[in-house]
Amino acid sequence: MSESKTASPVPERRSGALLQWLERRKAWLFAAIVLIILPHVPGLDGNFGRSLLSQMGIAAVFALSYNLLLGQTGLLSFGHAVYFGLGGYAGIHLMRAINAGLPIPMPLVPLAGAATGLAFGMLFGALTTRRAGVVFALISLGVGELVFAAMRILQGFSGGEEGITANRGMGPHPFGLTFGPQLQVYYVIVFWSAMAAALMAAFLRTPAGRMCNAVRDNPERAAFIGYDPVRIRFVVFCVAAMFAGLAGGLHALNYEIVAAEAVGAGRSGTVLLMAYIGGVHSFFGAVLGAVTITWLQVSLSDYTTAWQLYLGLFFIAVVLFAPGGLSGLLLMHRPILGTRAFLHVVKSYAIAALPALAAAAGAIMLLEINYRRATQPDTGARMRLFWMDVDTSSVWPWLSAIALLAGGAFLFNRCRRLVANAWQQASDEARTVGGMQREPRP
Amino acid sequence: MKDARASRGCVLQLRDLHKRFGATPIIRGVSLDIDQGERHAIIGPNGAGKSTLFNLVSGLFAPSAGSIRLDGEPIEGFSPFEIYRRGLARSFQVTNIFPRLSVFENIRCSVLWSLGYRYSFKRDVAKLSDANARTGEVLEQIGMSARRDVRAGVLTYAEQRALEIGITIAGNARVILLDEPTAGMSRAEAARAVSLIRTISVGRTLVMVEHDMGVVFDLADRISVLVYGEIIATDAPTRIRENPAVRAAYLGTGPGNL
Repeated sequence: MSESKTASPVPERRSGALLQWLERRKAWLFAAIVLIILPHVPGLDGNFGRSLLSQMGIAAVFALSYNLLLGQTGLLSFGHAVYFGLGGYAGIHLMRAINAGLPIPMPLVPLAGAATGLAFGMLFGALTTRRAGVVFALISLGVGELVFAAMRILQGFSGGEEGITANRGMGPHPFGLTFGPQLQVYYVIVFWSAMAAALMAAFLRTPAGRMCNAVRDNPERAAFIGYDPVRIRFVVFCVAAMFAGLAGGLHALNYEIVAAEAVGAGRSGTVLLMAYIGGVHSFFGAVLGAVTITWLQVSLSDYTTAWQLYLGLFFIAVVLFAPGGLSGLLLMHRPILGTRAFLHVVKSYAIAALPALAAAAGAIMLLEINYRRATQPDTGARMRLFWMDVDTSSVWPWLSAIALLAGGAFLFNRCRRLVANAWQQASDEARTVGGMQREPRP
Repeated sequence: MKDARASRGCVLQLRDLHKRFGATPIIRGVSLDIDQGERHAIIGPNGAGKSTLFNLVSGLFAPSAGSIRLDGEPIEGFSPFEIYRRGLARSFQVTNIFPRLSVFENIRCSVLWSLGYRYSFKRDVAKLSDANARTGEVLEQIGMSARRDVRAGVLTYAEQRALEIGITIAGNARVILLDEPTAGMSRAEAARAVSLIRTISVGRTLVMVEHDMGVVFDLADRISVLVYGEIIATDAPTRIRENPAVRAAYLGTGPGNL
C-alpha cells in the first residue's frame, strides 16, 4: 500500500547530468525550437505572418499573467490592462529617450515595462487585494476606469487616444542589429515571452505559488495553516502585474505606438476572453487562448466585418459547453489516448463534424445577410457569401440557409449518440487497461 | 491530580471570555485552563457555543470581552494565521479542505509554514526534501498514502475527515483543536478516527468538541461541560458522569447518554 514516492531524485552521475537536464526540459526545448523555426515556415515567413506571430507572443505573456490571477488564485479582474498599458507607456517613453540618444539597446525596453507593471501592481494591489470575489472584481473595474480616464486627461504623457510614437530602429545597434525588421523584433519578443512563461511556471512551483492554489480553493483554511490570504493575493497580484507590464513593453516595441486604449476596458476584456477560452485550469491554456483569439482577431476581420459577433458567440459557446476551455477539451482525451477505441472516437468526431459544419454554414449565412442588410442597406441586395454571388431579395438564400441550419442541427444531434458511444467504449477500455497496469499490488 | 497538572503547566488559558452577536450573548464568561499534554473534551447540548468557543480561540472571531493566553501570551483578537504561527492549529466541524488540490498537495501546503518556507518564491517545492518527507509521514499517519494523487474534492466523506485532521496536524502545532472529528461517521470509521486522534495527540495538547460520548469518555483526560455559553463543570470523566449539575443539564437528552 505504501508505494509513496519520495521526492529525493536518483543520484545523478556527472556525465548524465546534462542529459537529464535536457530530458526534464524536453517540452520547453521543443517549444523553443518550434518558435525559432516558425517565422521561416512558408505562409508565416512574410511580414504579415511574422507580425501575427509577434502579436501572439505578446498576447500569450499577457494571458499567462492574467491566468495567474484567475486560474491559479481565483481572482477575477476586469482591469488587468492597466498594468499592460502602463508598462507599454513606460516602454514607449524609454524608446523615445533612446531615440533622443540614451545608450540602451532596444531589446531591454520590455524590462522598463515589467518594472512599471510591478510598481503599479504594488500600488494598486495593496488596495485591491484586501478582498477577493465580487469586491475584488468591482474594484479592479474601478481602477481600470480611473487609469483610463487619467490617460485621456494626461495628454502630455499618454498622447490620449492618438497615442505617442517612437522609432525602434533608432538607437544603439549591437552586433549590427537594427531591430527594424519584423523578424528581429519577433526574436526579441520570443526571447522575453519564453523567459516570462518559464518564470511564471517556476513561480507556481514555489511555496508562494502553491499557496495561490490553496487560497483559490479555500482562503479561510489557508489562514489556518499559517498563511495570510491577503498577502498571498498581493504577492501574486504584483507578479501578474509585472508580467502584464512586460507584455506592454513588448507591445510598445512591436507597434512603436501606445495609446490610451492600451489601459482600457476593451483590452482587459480581451485578456479575460483569452484566458477563459484557452482554459483557466491549465497553465498553457492561456497560451492556447491567446494564440486562438489573436488569430481570430486578425484573420476573421479579413473575412467579415461582423467578426466581433462571432468572437462573442464563440466565447458564449465555450462558457456554456466547455467550461474547461480549449485546453480542457484537449486534456479530456488524455485518459483514452492510448486505447484502440480512440480511433472510433476520432472517427465519430469526423462524422459529427459534417452536420456541425453545415449548421454553422447556415447560421453564418443568416448572420451575414442580416448584418449586411442592417448595417449597409444602401449597397443593394446582391452580396458575396462563401465565394458565391447571392441575391438576398430572392427567397433561395434564406431557404437554403435555414435548411442547412435546421438539417445540420438535426443530424448533429443524432451524431451525439455516436460520439457518446465511442467515448463509452474508449473509457471502458482505458479503465480495464489501466486496471491491468495497476495490478501488481499485494 | 491537581498538583500533577499544575506542574505540567497551563498552555491555554481563557479568562472571563464573552462573545455577543448583536445583542445575543453566545459565550457568557468562560474561564478555562488547558494543561500541557492533556486531552480535553468540551461537551454540551446543541447551541451551547462549543464551536463559537473554538472560533474565538483560533482567531476566526474576536471575543467581545475577556482574555485568551497561549503559553502565557495574550492572543485574543489575533488573526488565524498569527495564532497558528504561535503553535495552535484547528480542524473544522464542516470539512474544510482544498478541494481542487491533490491529497498530497493539501498536506504539503500545510507543512510549508512550519518548516519556515513562508512566502518564499525562490525555491521549487519539488526540491524541498524536508517538506516532501514530512508530507509523506503525515499521509502515512492518516492512512492516505495510497490516495496521495487523488483530488481532495472527490474523496469519500471519511477520507476527507481524515485529511482534515492531517491538514491540522501537519504543521506540528503544539496545541490542536478538533471540532467534532467523528461527526457523521459510521461506528467503524469513528473507531479508526479515535485511534488516529490517539496517535496524533501524543506529545501534544488536544482540545476537542465532540458529541459522541463514547469517543469523549474513551479519549479525554478531562471534560468541560458548556451550557448556554457557560462552563458548568470541568473534571475527570468519571466525576463528570456523577456531577449532578451536568446530569441536570443533560436531563433533556436523558442521563443515559452520559
